[in-house]
Amino acid sequence: MQKRNMTCIVCPVGCRMEVEVDDDGRVTGVKNNACARGKKYADTEITNPQRTLTSTVRIDGAAESFLPVRTAEPISKGRLSDAMAVIRALRVSAPVSMGDALANFDGVDIIACKTTDTRTQ
Amino acid sequence: MSGDNLTESKNTDKPDNNIKSYNNIEKKVVIIGGGPAGLAAALEANRGGIPPGEILIIERDRELGGILNQCVHAGFGLHLFGEELTGPEYAQRFIDEIKAKKIGYVTDSMVLSVSPDRTVTFISPRLGFGRIAAGAVVLAMGCRERTRGALNIPGSRPAGIFSAGTAQHYVNIDGYMPGNRVVILGSGDIGLIMARRMTLEGAEVRCVCEIMPYSGGLARNIAQCLDDFGIPLLLSHTVTEIRGRERVEGVVVSRVDENLRPVPGTERYIECDTLLLSVGLIPENELTREAGIEIDRVTGGAVVNQDMETSVEGIFACGNALQVHDLADYVTLEAYRAGMSAAAYALRGPGAQDPAGMIPTRAGEGIRYIVPHKIARGAAAGVKLFFRVSGIYRDVTVRLTAGVSEKGVTNNVRLRDYKKRIVTPGEMEQIEITEKTAAQLQNAVSIGVELCKKET
Amino acid sequence: MQLPNNANNTKNANIAKELYDIVIIGAGITGCMTAYKLAGYNLRVAVAEAGDDVARGSTRANSAIVHAGYDPVPHTVKAEMNVKGCAQMPYICEKLKVKYRACGSLVAAFFEEETAALRTLYDRGTLNGVPGLELIDAARLRALEPNIADSAVAALWAPSAGIVCPYGLCIAAAEAAAAAGTEFFFDFSVNGIVKDDDVFHIAAEDGRVLRARCAVNAAGAHVREIALMAGEDNFPVRIIPRRGEYMLLDKSEGRTVSRPLFSVPTDKGKGILLTPTVDGNMIVGPNSHVVDSPDDTATTADGLAELTEGAARTVKNLNTRAVITSFSGIRSTPDSGDFYIKASDTVPGLLHLAGIESPGLASSPAIADRALELLFAMGLKAEARCGFTGERPPVIRMDELDDGAKQRLIEHNPAYGRIVCRCEGITEGEIVDAIRRLPGASSLDAVKRRTRAGMGRCQGGFCSSRVAAILSRELGIGMEDITKNGGASYILTGGQR
Repeated sequence: MQKRNMTCIVCPVGCRMEVEVDDDGRVTGVKNNACARGKKYADTEITNPQRTLTSTVRIDGAAESFLPVRTAEPISKGRLSDAMAVIRALRVSAPVSMGDALANFDGVDIIACKTTDTRTQ
Repeated sequence: MSGDNLTESKNTDKPDNNIKSYNNIEKKVVIIGGGPAGLAAALEANRGGIPPGEILIIERDRELGGILNQCVHAGFGLHLFGEELTGPEYAQRFIDEIKAKKIGYVTDSMVLSVSPDRTVTFISPRLGFGRIAAGAVVLAMGCRERTRGALNIPGSRPAGIFSAGTAQHYVNIDGYMPGNRVVILGSGDIGLIMARRMTLEGAEVRCVCEIMPYSGGLARNIAQCLDDFGIPLLLSHTVTEIRGRERVEGVVVSRVDENLRPVPGTERYIECDTLLLSVGLIPENELTREAGIEIDRVTGGAVVNQDMETSVEGIFACGNALQVHDLADYVTLEAYRAGMSAAAYALRGPGAQDPAGMIPTRAGEGIRYIVPHKIARGAAAGVKLFFRVSGIYRDVTVRLTAGVSEKGVTNNVRLRDYKKRIVTPGEMEQIEITEKTAAQLQNAVSIGVELCKKET
Repeated sequence: MQLPNNANNTKNANIAKELYDIVIIGAGITGCMTAYKLAGYNLRVAVAEAGDDVARGSTRANSAIVHAGYDPVPHTVKAEMNVKGCAQMPYICEKLKVKYRACGSLVAAFFEEETAALRTLYDRGTLNGVPGLELIDAARLRALEPNIADSAVAALWAPSAGIVCPYGLCIAAAEAAAAAGTEFFFDFSVNGIVKDDDVFHIAAEDGRVLRARCAVNAAGAHVREIALMAGEDNFPVRIIPRRGEYMLLDKSEGRTVSRPLFSVPTDKGKGILLTPTVDGNMIVGPNSHVVDSPDDTATTADGLAELTEGAARTVKNLNTRAVITSFSGIRSTPDSGDFYIKASDTVPGLLHLAGIESPGLASSPAIADRALELLFAMGLKAEARCGFTGERPPVIRMDELDDGAKQRLIEHNPAYGRIVCRCEGITEGEIVDAIRRLPGASSLDAVKRRTRAGMGRCQGGFCSSRVAAILSRELGIGMEDITKNGGASYILTGGQR
């Protein structure tokens, strides 16, 4: 069994948790978490860390040249750079509405974070 | 084209036909700034009874949303919406509502002045020079970043030195990477966010230096922006020299002692082509100063009462122009209050101060400042005191006190204690004054907050 | 092609075909003021500058003071140029529409034993012909400068001194000259000068060549290199680069003193100067340290501490934490101590304007006059240029206009309604003008020097990306080609997303 210190990233409180992990890599105890989400975070963080990826993609026909996007759900932390490669290759056209799925990565949608103003300069 | 939605400007292509309608017009509530604070203030002014066409948001950028537009990372809205949104998504929710309700706004328009009698002047490429007589004004200009010069880092003056926010604009709005090998000075949240953003875009972030023994950013941003990518955070370190003739070639980093002075012999040269500065935010208050509004030297924002009203009646302040917030959600909540108060003022007109007088707030031991600065005795219940602490404290008691004057001596009497596992300067704290506490303020000469390291 | 339509288009392979009457090497205040005065004559003049803009050397970073002339040793060239130049400055600034403030200057003594030094300066100044000098007591000094340190005992009052924006003056002179046909060649780093058939062939590192009958060496810290290149084997002037560090304080401190306030130099060191700027800021500086390279304009921790301490000894109530930026400039100090303004004995047609250190700014109009005399004495023939008024083409400054004028201007051109620099209130229209005027701005700093965009409290944090985009559009170059101040000072080096 080992103890690990971990900062919970679920909300801005950022609880500094102490996580007990058994020899099989399972979480057996979480301390200093202010809420239940902390425990859940500790579980996934130990077994398969997940992150929401945010970035921008090129957009044509909008007032701005780039559109903010994110993964609709967290994806595996180890896959962030692969997801970035997909996002970097992506190019979309206006109009786009917030929440529109623009691509898919590992079964998770990459969605628009903004509704474009289609009027041009 | 601007995102102006005023009816006056819709029916014609000739901008000069509209201009007259902006010069010497009247509006019930004019809001300066279309970021999170301005948007929320406008919506709440509308809920407070001001018709949409009697509200005008004046935004300097091409679109509404303010700095949220370049904050493409997640972390917004957890308090307000119960979910984690990116900056643009958070803004979009408010913008959609503004548009649906047809609340007035002009973009690409810069306010030049606000007078104490609430005349607002602005210029804009499409609308020309504007002058508006406002029933009430809400100041929601946001903040700006501290600069290198303010820190006076010695060395050369090459290209490649950016504030974190400027770099963020280049990357997220313009689509250009400022450089490839980056040192970040200051561990404010924007700097941490940019460390992750630039790493994901292929840059090498060599380290983040923080002069204080603790970070000014949120703990979770240290975890997910630095630790996730193995970026070292050097606490009690600062940049003591910048090298490079045309472009940054490297920086010298030194450890600092407890007085924040560089320790000779600890210098270390780090090669880099870019230096990002994330060394703090300063409320934007040039207009406020020029209007003769009293400014708090600690917050850099206006002195306000519980209604977010400044020292000049009918002019309200909120958001990062009032005090630098850690979370946009709190900006929104504060702006709601300012917007509601502005609406009430615009409807009732001047005068009518609380007859029972104002109680000043007092930042006691361990507290840097409190907003609001004064509270009407009769309106204290439900008021939230926002404050920041002066250092990191663990297992402390935050004490709400009332100043009680007896025979010329003022004692600070305990009203209520709040236990906290940890308080840090990077995070804003708040206490809501309950009905019960408010009732105890009848004879108080002040209301204070202080830190007690032990129970007494 | 007669006139380049933009400073950047002057990288023209055909320029060797042109035969100029005069090529001026160096576009600092000395070179530009000479070009300005030459513009009054029917001559073909070119200015070759190693930097990306005018005013890139000492002209960029100095105390911005038009010295009265009590400092130079009597009967030197420096003394004569200083007093004559200072007298011309108000008129020149009026013609060029450059802010000038006739505020006088003070030298304060803080110990009784220093008053003797004030007397020496007074006597020198009187000999040099400085008008209106007075020795004043502590009470009068305090009335003039209420924030002076309590220890001040007396002062020298020089009412003819003033303050001016040095690079603003330089740019204005260059623009007036350009309007009369003077051509500016930037990034023209001279690396060879050959004289052939009475014609100078002045070559740049990048292969461009300018041909001229006369050459004026106004290369500041690099005058000796230029002289040697031109074949001046026994050039007597050696330049010792001395660096002076400065701090620029926020406008909140701009009223600490109302005029340049010097301290009597003592054996403990040269006193620190405080001076307001014409734009309302406060400058503290300079110290003085000899450096190896004239290009070493770094600031040091010790130097900045020296300024802070010096300022605290001189005045009360100064918040030195209100620093907006710090910078340093190089004084091109000649080993002889005097200006060297002389036609070459060995290379006919070559004129040296060398060793121009402080008070080079105040002296510049007189140096230019002397330069013209010497050029005409070489046999250069010219007639007055028809229609030359000495005025600069008009420059729009939005903050100087009333509301109605703003309104009309925006109707005429909406770009004057879009504020790009919030701190200084500078519009897109003004920035576009600065890029399009001749010689035009081609870098962020060049825009800043012309318009003040990026010079305010946020130091370009908000506007620099917007100014870069305007430069990119106006010059037809990519964002990645935009520089801070020419050369390889690229802003964006990480590639496009």
